[in-house]
Amino acid sequence: MHPPFRSRFAAAVLAFLLTAAAALSPAYAVKPDEVLKDPVLEARARALSSELRCLVCQNQSIDDSDADLARDLRLLVRDRLKAGDTDAAVKDYLVARYGEYVLLRPRFSFGNLALWLAGPITLLAGAVAIFVARRRASNRAERPLTDDEEARLEVILAAREASLGRGEVPGSVAPENLTKL
Amino acid sequence: MIVEIGHFALVLAFALALVQSVLPVWGARSGDARLMATAGPSALGQFLFVAITAAALIHAHVVSDFSVVNVVENSHSLKPLLYKITGVWGNHEGSMLLWVAILALFGGLVAFFGGNLPASLKANVLAVQAWIASAFYLFILSTSNPFARISPAPIEGNDLNPVLQDIGLAIHPPLLYLGYVGFSIAFSFAVAALLDGRIDAAWARWVRPWSLAAWICLTLGIAMGSYWAYYTLGWGGWWFWDPVENASFMPWLAGTALLHSAIVMEKRDALKIWTILLAILTFSLSLLGTFLVRSGVLTSVHAFATDPARGVFILAILVLFIGGSLTLFAWRAPGLKPGGLFAPISREGALVFNNLFLTVGCAIVLVGTLYPLVYEMATGAKITVGPPYFNLVFGAFIAVLLAAVPFGPMLAWKRGDLLGAAERLWFAFALAAIVTIAIWWPSTGALLTALGIGLAVWVMAGAVVEWAMRIRLLRAPLGESLSRAWGLPGATWGMTLAHFGIGMAVLGIVSESSWNEERILAMKPGEVVTIGDYQVALDGMIPRKGENYAEEAAHLSIRRGGALVTYLEPSRRMFATRRMATSQTGIATFGFSQLYIALGETDKTGASAVRLYWKPLVTLIWLGPLIMALGGLASLLDRRRRIGAPVPARKPVSKGGGPKDSGPPAPAAPMAAE
Repeated sequence: MHPPFRSRFAAAVLAFLLTAAAALSPAYAVKPDEVLKDPVLEARARALSSELRCLVCQNQSIDDSDADLARDLRLLVRDRLKAGDTDAAVKDYLVARYGEYVLLRPRFSFGNLALWLAGPITLLAGAVAIFVARRRASNRAERPLTDDEEARLEVILAAREASLGRGEVPGSVAPENLTKL
Repeated sequence: MIVEIGHFALVLAFALALVQSVLPVWGARSGDARLMATAGPSALGQFLFVAITAAALIHAHVVSDFSVVNVVENSHSLKPLLYKITGVWGNHEGSMLLWVAILALFGGLVAFFGGNLPASLKANVLAVQAWIASAFYLFILSTSNPFARISPAPIEGNDLNPVLQDIGLAIHPPLLYLGYVGFSIAFSFAVAALLDGRIDAAWARWVRPWSLAAWICLTLGIAMGSYWAYYTLGWGGWWFWDPVENASFMPWLAGTALLHSAIVMEKRDALKIWTILLAILTFSLSLLGTFLVRSGVLTSVHAFATDPARGVFILAILVLFIGGSLTLFAWRAPGLKPGGLFAPISREGALVFNNLFLTVGCAIVLVGTLYPLVYEMATGAKITVGPPYFNLVFGAFIAVLLAAVPFGPMLAWKRGDLLGAAERLWFAFALAAIVTIAIWWPSTGALLTALGIGLAVWVMAGAVVEWAMRIRLLRAPLGESLSRAWGLPGATWGMTLAHFGIGMAVLGIVSESSWNEERILAMKPGEVVTIGDYQVALDGMIPRKGENYAEEAAHLSIRRGGALVTYLEPSRRMFATRRMATSQTGIATFGFSQLYIALGETDKTGASAVRLYWKPLVTLIWLGPLIMALGGLASLLDRRRRIGAPVPARKPVSKGGGPKDSGPPAPAAPMAAE
């Protein structure tokens, strides 16, 4: 009766605005008959479900998806938990069957190094860039004025005061022109 | 006929954009005032022609002209009028038209309000706008023509996707695009400054209101989209780290950084080169978002490869504008004069910290979004980067930034006193610490929740403390405090509100994700279920008919302590034309919290699947951004910003000598060659 529920709403709305997508419908995900009696196991199942991808959906966890496959996976997760598997064992089992694609959070491995280090590396690069920029700026800035320059500055400031006193336009001597005087 | 007029007007807009691309720049180069002056009228003309185009397409949808392919594919004669109009941009061709219409609108606004801009800057800005517009007009005309006819015309249309038949479609895309595309102004100003080779604090004063307006719209657009998803979805999710969402979130992060760095530039004439780069990057991310969602590359790399016409075109636009502007930046930025110097612990330093962390956050979202694509192209294997990754990594970095937010406004310009700032914030810190401990102590194990709530309280209380200090609350008579509050500049109100708003949003997010209660069950009429402090009884099912759908609604009465509080009627709607169902959730708001009920299918025994949620403080997730946008508005209306020609702050003559820059790339300035 219904077309397959392929995609989650958010993806749906924007995907539709922006590309032509497949048929969509709101998802109802976990159904009443799937819920486990044991609340602790059920909570673990829900937590695990939100970390696992619905393989036929667009970037959607099996916890949110209404696809048949997502339901099968939810039941599978619950079966494994009932059989006494740890959370890690359930994940391993699914990765062995479906590949790492099934994990919504990729594992920390060599191939995923760039992904996991993106944040720290950007932070480091930014910090270094700021440090270098500051060094350069203060190299230009913090050289104390020589006596000669001090004297010239005095003269300029005095002239400026005088001109201000006479109501002339201030700022006629820009700092960058100091050395030309 | 009207359809052809619309098509022709779009061609004219393209032609005018081409003229506007060349003449004003030429005039600015050769100093010809008459050539420069062509920019304004052609920008206004462009807007007029695009408005005619949009009106023609809307007309075709409203009268259900099924000889137009776009109308056939996305409309239906029985569709309510509102959705006939909003359906215009509920599809690829129409939304691209909305994109260029908003671009033309912004160009027209600059032409109209830009009277106080220096002539060459205005000419260059409008020319750059026209470059972008030309590219997108050509894209629409050559690959995405919304006016294509079909013969013979069908009797009836295919209807709009029912999920989109919602008031959300009337508000969300226009707001989002106003934000997305609005950053093109900042981009154009940046490129114009690079072309001119000149940039000063006045530039920041001109750019900031435009960026602020775009940021307000983007903030509201994202929040609105999130709430739309929340109430339509049926399970109460509100943010999914979906690539399409990330595409709008990245320009928001970069745009937020831009607003902050532009303050430094405006007030202290520093961070100029970085601000230019940020303006370029923000709009580049908007373009990247447009590419990601339009090319089909997100669905699959292969989908992109099999129908490449549109994708390749936008990729070309992307490469041209991002590559071009960054090349121009690399070439011209070293020639720009760097600005003032400041100590690391200062208001400027705090704003640099803000920029660093927002940039890192943006980089994380960017890498996370593109990683699966790159990974698949490089290795052929597929990988998923989903919410658990983003929540962990993005959350960790942004938490550091949030913890620093209250310090920023407490620090003085040039050289601040961190210890003094901390002393003045003792009340906010004490409050946050008490809240954290009060939550953590009774419920061991919920340390993260406690810290998250504490962080939110810290940010909110920090904003209030800073505001209270400014108006000398409790230190001066109440009357004086009130008149001080009245006298606070709009920009100051803006900062207080925006910082308070982000704290509110964090409070809502942490509360919703930690204390969300959920019940999923099959209910028969007469059954009662308890959730939160409420008893929900299913009274019965009511079948109803709408204009283009049929629905089955559940009538539920909500009681608290036995007393009737309200009724909710969630329903499932069936749309015959597309044979699709949507869920209309029932939501009751109590204070800042919500009771959220969605209806599933009814089985043979007459029991209906019902999903009930108690979501404490959930509305803060959207009220926070609303307050932030309000802050943006207060800042935008700042009286000082409306005064005609801006006056650059007087530069104090310091012993140190000339102006310096402390932002990243700080190249040798021309004045350094003495």
